[in-house]
Amino acid sequence: MFSNLPLWPSQASSLSGNVDLLYIFLILVTGLFTILVFAVVIFFAWKYRQAPDRHATQIEGSNALEATWTLIPFGIFMIMFVWGAAVYMRGVQPPPNAMEVYVVGKQWMWKLEHPEGVREINTLHVPVGKDVRLTMISQDVIHSFYVPAFRMKQDVLPGRYTTMWFHATKTGHYHLFCAEYCGTLHSGMIGEVVVMEPNEYQAWLSGNVNTGTLAMSGEKTFAELGCSSCHRSDTQGRGPDLAGLYGKPVALDNGTTVLADDNYLRDSILNPGSKIVSGFKPIMPTYNGIVNEEQLLSLVSYIKSLSQPQQGQPAAAPASVPLHTGRTQAPSAGNTKVK
Amino acid sequence: MSASTTEAVAQHSLQHHFSTMEQQRESTTLGMWIFLVTEIMFFGGLFTAYLVYRLAHPDVWEYASRHEMEFWLGTINTTILLCSSLTVALSVHAIQLGHRKLCAILLFITVLMGCGFLVVKGFEYHKHYVDGSVPGPWWHMHVERPDGSTMPAPNTYQLFFYLYFVMTGLHALHVTIGIVLLAIIGLWAWQGKYTAEYHNPVHISGLYWHFVDLVWIFLFPLLYLIAGK
Amino acid sequence: MATTAVATPVVRENYLNTNYGIKSWLLTTDHKRIAILYLISITLMFFIGGFFATLIRLELLTPQGDLMTADTYNKVFTMHGIVMVFFFLIPSIPATLGNFLIPMMIGAKDLAFPRINLLSWYIYIVSAALMIYVIVNGGVDTGWTFYTPFSTTYSNTNVFLAGIAIFINGFSSILTGLNFIVTLHRMRAPGMTWSRLPLFCWSHYATSVIQVLGTPVIAITLALVAIERLWHIGIFDPKVGGDPVLFQHMFWFYSHPAVYIMILPSMAVMSEIITCFSRKRIFGYAFVALASIGIAVLGFLVWAHHMFVAGISAYAALVFSLLSYFVAVPSAIKVFNWTATMYKGNVSLRTPMLYALGFIGLFTIGGMTGLFLANLGIDPHVTDTYFVVAHFHFIMVGGAVMAYLGGLHFWWPKMTGRMYNELWGKVAAFLIFAGFNLTFLPQFILGYTGMPRRYHAYVPEFQVLNVLSTAGASILALGYLLPLIYFLSSLRNGPIAGDNPWAAQGLEWKTASPPPTFNFEETPVVTWEAYDYEDLPKEVPVVS
Repeated sequence: MFSNLPLWPSQASSLSGNVDLLYIFLILVTGLFTILVFAVVIFFAWKYRQAPDRHATQIEGSNALEATWTLIPFGIFMIMFVWGAAVYMRGVQPPPNAMEVYVVGKQWMWKLEHPEGVREINTLHVPVGKDVRLTMISQDVIHSFYVPAFRMKQDVLPGRYTTMWFHATKTGHYHLFCAEYCGTLHSGMIGEVVVMEPNEYQAWLSGNVNTGTLAMSGEKTFAELGCSSCHRSDTQGRGPDLAGLYGKPVALDNGTTVLADDNYLRDSILNPGSKIVSGFKPIMPTYNGIVNEEQLLSLVSYIKSLSQPQQGQPAAAPASVPLHTGRTQAPSAGNTKVK
Repeated sequence: MSASTTEAVAQHSLQHHFSTMEQQRESTTLGMWIFLVTEIMFFGGLFTAYLVYRLAHPDVWEYASRHEMEFWLGTINTTILLCSSLTVALSVHAIQLGHRKLCAILLFITVLMGCGFLVVKGFEYHKHYVDGSVPGPWWHMHVERPDGSTMPAPNTYQLFFYLYFVMTGLHALHVTIGIVLLAIIGLWAWQGKYTAEYHNPVHISGLYWHFVDLVWIFLFPLLYLIAGK
Repeated sequence: MATTAVATPVVRENYLNTNYGIKSWLLTTDHKRIAILYLISITLMFFIGGFFATLIRLELLTPQGDLMTADTYNKVFTMHGIVMVFFFLIPSIPATLGNFLIPMMIGAKDLAFPRINLLSWYIYIVSAALMIYVIVNGGVDTGWTFYTPFSTTYSNTNVFLAGIAIFINGFSSILTGLNFIVTLHRMRAPGMTWSRLPLFCWSHYATSVIQVLGTPVIAITLALVAIERLWHIGIFDPKVGGDPVLFQHMFWFYSHPAVYIMILPSMAVMSEIITCFSRKRIFGYAFVALASIGIAVLGFLVWAHHMFVAGISAYAALVFSLLSYFVAVPSAIKVFNWTATMYKGNVSLRTPMLYALGFIGLFTIGGMTGLFLANLGIDPHVTDTYFVVAHFHFIMVGGAVMAYLGGLHFWWPKMTGRMYNELWGKVAAFLIFAGFNLTFLPQFILGYTGMPRRYHAYVPEFQVLNVLSTAGASILALGYLLPLIYFLSSLRNGPIAGDNPWAAQGLEWKTASPPPTFNFEETPVVTWEAYDYEDLPKEVPVVS
């Protein structure tokens, strides 16, 4: 539209069109009812305006009318609900094999990390036409990752990962805003998502890699912190073998089973005593205060890489997790998630 | 007290905006019940938080309840409060029959029992302080591992104790308010303010005390009896 | 009956002149005097909250944050929210009009607990004084929603004291609600059955139930935040395994029903004004009455629609979205019933009716936009943007404040014995309606195009709509100042109003204006239905 008077945000993701269509439907339906109410009120105020020869007719009511204007709106509301729920379910269930990006929010900037090791601040480069899954966490307060052009936002919490996914459909630069009030520079915690043609994205990626991949840096941290002394692939390990762990169910010593997703891995590093794998002793020390969120993401990334045939490829997102966005499935969830 | 005197006391106690004593009595009773509902909602927030975190950390809750809660002190306190509810109910019964002094004495006994409850609670709090289970700057709790060694308690134990102190602390505050309330009502009963015809303040104060007791009946098993003994 | 201004009117004993002196007011137990005390207090708080709103809109004229620092702006919008929600909207209609009118509408001498009524005002004053102290001493910058861990751990402002102020304020609200419930159950005059009660009372009953059940939860929640501030240990801190989202659940468990505390009394006023100015009984009395109860009940079941993107599970989101669509139904029913009440009426467009019609229009728009927010497909895009800001201002300002003003105009002659100036009344109503729409309609567009809320500075393309919004706000501000002036002026210069200048139905109109201290010379015995306009004058009289 007009560049200094936008009346509609750009449509840049596979979700945008669906959301806009639903939005227009809602505008039409609610607009119609609003105009109807306005029109009837104005009409009655005019037609029955005070006049010397007019006498009000006392009407008690009409059950038929009450039923009508209860059931019809209710029916329309149910259509709105179902349509919205359908769009929503698509919007919160990341497809398998989505490209991973990790996001750490902090007062007052966004730190983005590609698995290939490229780090960005406040800007996210992605290829067009690919599914992208963001795994996000905050270092301090609650933030929210909002890209209006993608019609989606997700709160970024301290203490556990949340996820969001999108499929960009148009190249360009799109606003990225923090949408959960987070203190002084909340309105400064903005940036952009840069959607590029796939070949340009690859070029950008390789031009910016100067450290190893995220998984490689995680492998280094894994060794530096001494994790490998207990978590070994031979039978001598005092801790569970982590190869092939990601995405699989894990039996705990209290009889329950949890899914080894990102949050499970993070919790196990920070609060190992809360979930003990069946057959192992509760002897793992906590790394709470020793690793920061970025190191945790690199460790998680490394452990995920132990679950594919080839290193460097994104691990499959755990199946059937999405209904509990980024959370383990077991009833006794690790770091106290409230549903 | 003679019949005419008790009637005079009753009429004198009718507030100007009520038409009859019955209306006044029903209104004040309903008012107290509604107030108690607000108290349920007030404590309810804490019980909700307790529920959420216990479901998330059942092992912590079980360990803390088994090893850190004093089962016998809790049981004594439960007994004290249950008996105090009995004495308060008896005091209402006494004034219904016009026995002013008996009513007052029973209220004073209730007050003493309430004080006893607080004393026991004080001992418990002190022990927790010494053991290092008070969250925040005074925290230095240790837990025993299955193999017998001890280690500093993980931070999630602070969640349990935070809820323990806030819930029992809020309850103790209500016990204190109840003690003051019953002491005043007891004093007025002794002075002849209430009769068989007019004693609703005794009744509704008793309701408050029963509520305070009931909250403890929930707190006791939830905090002290999680682990089988 | 219309009266012309008399040179030396005979002044009967009424609640205003029965005794004089500050002590007789500060120690009163008369519900009418307490209502006036509240009226003065909340008007003060309204203008304080309005002052902060002015600052916000001035800052947002330009994309840069150039009027004040970011920290100051964050404090300004926080205090605008806290003052308006807790110190103006929640008490407004119940504590002023409800206090004044409910005993009269049911034929009683006073509320069930007059001293507790006075206590609730004192509690309000203490909490307001504490809040003003907080404002003057550095303010608070957490947003009125106090989300953790920002409020517990990161904010450097007076979170503790602000939390305590709201905690104390909650008891004022609880005691008012408790008083109304007992009054409506036990103090009705002979013959005043539940089905003869004015709908004003039904709505206030529903409001009171919410106040009594919901407010204790915000109290304990803010108490926990205060404890966490003080001792740096708590249950919302992820570092000890606490969950910041639990705070949100506890906060919204009250704060969603709170919005119904704010709107139900407005609906109460609507039923009284529309019937009087259409000269008709309400259409569908039972449905309107039960819709109030339905709103109160369902209102407790939808809180997590404020949290769709907060990290709750998709299952939870589905459930809360569905329930949120349920709660929309009773509000729609009421709007249709009020509209139908005008059918075949004899409609007079005096100032109270203008506010009522304005309410119907603006509340409808506000409610319709609520349907957008309840929708899971739309909400992830528009939540935390200006779309939400516009939605709730349509309900709170376009709805609740308009209803409050309409009610003030309607019952002003009853409360003061004087009539306000009708021409100025209409001018102000139009200014408020126009100013309001210009302020908040652009914000829907701002929200959908992506402008987040609580932004001190924004990207330049959002400026034009922000300028429009600020222009509207200036008209709105002028509109609000006018009633302050002409109401005060009417106390000295307004024509004397008779007992029933609107020829309205209702027990409050059957006694003098201003009413005597004990409301009625004799306890009324009610034998008629509510809104029995059949035998009343067929039109609203003109008061000179």
